[in-house]
Amino acid sequence: MIQAALATGLVGLSAWAVATFPRSVVVFLLFQGSLLFVYLARIPRWLRTALLALALLVLMPVLGHFNGYYLEIATQVGIFVALALGLNIVVGLAGLLDLGYVAFFAVGAYSWAIFGSPHANIMFGGGFPLAPGWFYAFLLVGLLLGAGTGVLLGLPVLRLRGDYLAIVTLGFGEVIRVLANNLDKPVNITNGPKGITPISRPPVPFDVPYAEAFYFLVLLIVVVVVLVNRRLEDSHVGRAWEAIREDELAAQAMGVPLVRSKLLAFGCGASFAGIMGVVFSAKQVFINPESFTFLESIGVLAMVILGGMGSIPGAVVGATVVTVLNLQVLKGFSLWLNELKNAGVVVLGYNLADLPTQLEPAKYERMIFGAILVLMMIFRPQGILPVRRRARELGTP
Amino acid sequence: MSALFEARGITKRFGGLTALHAVDFALDAGIASIIGPNGAGKTTLFNVFTGLYRAEEGGVTFRGQPLLGLRPDQITALGICRTFQNIRLFGNMTAIENVLVGMHARVRLGLRDVLARGPRFHASEGALMARASALLERVGLLPQANEVARNLPYGDQRRLELARALASEPALLLLDEPTAGMTRGEAGALMGLLRALVADLGLAVVLIEHNMRVVMGVSDRVTVLDHGEKISEGAPHEVQADPRVIEAYLGTRHSGAPRRRLAER
Repeated sequence: MIQAALATGLVGLSAWAVATFPRSVVVFLLFQGSLLFVYLARIPRWLRTALLALALLVLMPVLGHFNGYYLEIATQVGIFVALALGLNIVVGLAGLLDLGYVAFFAVGAYSWAIFGSPHANIMFGGGFPLAPGWFYAFLLVGLLLGAGTGVLLGLPVLRLRGDYLAIVTLGFGEVIRVLANNLDKPVNITNGPKGITPISRPPVPFDVPYAEAFYFLVLLIVVVVVLVNRRLEDSHVGRAWEAIREDELAAQAMGVPLVRSKLLAFGCGASFAGIMGVVFSAKQVFINPESFTFLESIGVLAMVILGGMGSIPGAVVGATVVTVLNLQVLKGFSLWLNELKNAGVVVLGYNLADLPTQLEPAKYERMIFGAILVLMMIFRPQGILPVRRRARELGTP
Repeated sequence: MSALFEARGITKRFGGLTALHAVDFALDAGIASIIGPNGAGKTTLFNVFTGLYRAEEGGVTFRGQPLLGLRPDQITALGICRTFQNIRLFGNMTAIENVLVGMHARVRLGLRDVLARGPRFHASEGALMARASALLERVGLLPQANEVARNLPYGDQRRLELARALASEPALLLLDEPTAGMTRGEAGALMGLLRALVADLGLAVVLIEHNMRVVMGVSDRVTVLDHGEKISEGAPHEVQADPRVIEAYLGTRHSGAPRRRLAER
């Protein structure tokens, strides 16, 4: 009862605070924290659903009016949540370490980038870009392309485990990136390092501004992805994946077809990345191979591990934390220190303005992020929201 | 009419080592035991039966169907399931989830059913849960159904492995040292359970066992392997009296190592 009032109050208060102080990063973090509290608090299910729906469907777009950057962050968080959930199937459930996951994201992104921009004219003569309405069809194309590429990667690596699998998937991710970088000759497919632009944006009903439209689209896809994830996990398919993770040989001896199950895991995981790739390319209007580096794969993997391997809420929270940390907290920290430096603030008799440029805080973002990962793994290796084994209703024998 | 399960002339080599040499084995019903000293090839034989190893020579048939070349999961789907010498449960899953995985081959749902969550899905999952609960009750683990398998005591883990193997509805059950590490009381209880299962479900069971009290008490037939060859086969009391078996276990008279060393001096 107290928690219910607290949760409702917290959401309302933090939303009001963001509206009042639209430039304060701390207040926005408070708003995100209140959502996590709503999820974790012991409150009735309907209240939790209502509060989360209110916050994500109404408050977030409204707050976007006060500070447009927040909506951009929320959209990016959504994209990475879908990626983390996809990778969670492959790594968290099936236990197949995939270090090249961003490749599927790239495949989806390039599919719409090529046909949704004038670039395809180079190959096919004319008639491009496709009408913006095609974007919605390409969501399906991205999904199928992602799944197909996932299966394609799965086929040669079926016999590999652990370290060997990691190396091959790492190589695969690099192959896709290097292909994107170099397929501007002899036929110009990807336009090489210059990237592709302008990519068409989809038509939006009711003249909703693009930022809001993409936010809602990403939110819708994330909801679907979470639903699909939960249904897969809580079925014989998900149990087979977990069995493979625990003991591949025993799983096979108990009747789990390894090839099919693994390919299904690769395909499902990759399809989420494919669909988000299409959204990403339309949102960014411009893409180039730089968006799909090895570091991105590692970033998504860090989200899964930080959140808790195999845990759906964990993947959501992990993606949020990492994205917000990178886009807001560390950037905000850097800005703040720079302001102090420029103002010539004196700390313990030392003028910060004398700080050598090598010690510029912006250069420490990655280091701080790394330190957080290290500390996390030492003190909470199971992740922020680890898998809780559900006690099952026993059937009547 | 051929036997339920028949293996002929199984030969398995690992490089230069012949782990199994022309081994025949057949079983129609009841409990058969395979015994032999360490390294005799008993587990290798199980691995050939269940498709984990591919034999260089020989053939295995189950209900008249050849098995060689099939994958382990296909063999399980046909009705042969096994347990492992060193327990191989899915450690981070609960007891009942372990049993549910064992039923994988019997699930008749497609990806569409799983994603749509229609009545077909709920009916199937309900039936699975009911059968899994019944199996756990049978082996006496129902109260621990929601415990993580890794945290179960050793004896419970062995019984859970048995329940998981039974979950695939096998006609032939292969048990690799099911009483290893158990006290005499636990082993006796497990064998009582096994005998009841054979009677109730019409199971055929092949047992690898080192505990002679268990073997002699429960088996209808005993096969003895030594150095990858079958050296004896028959009813328990016949095998016990076979001089070749005694030789394999205890060595020949006058061939004791210390004595020979003395003679060489």
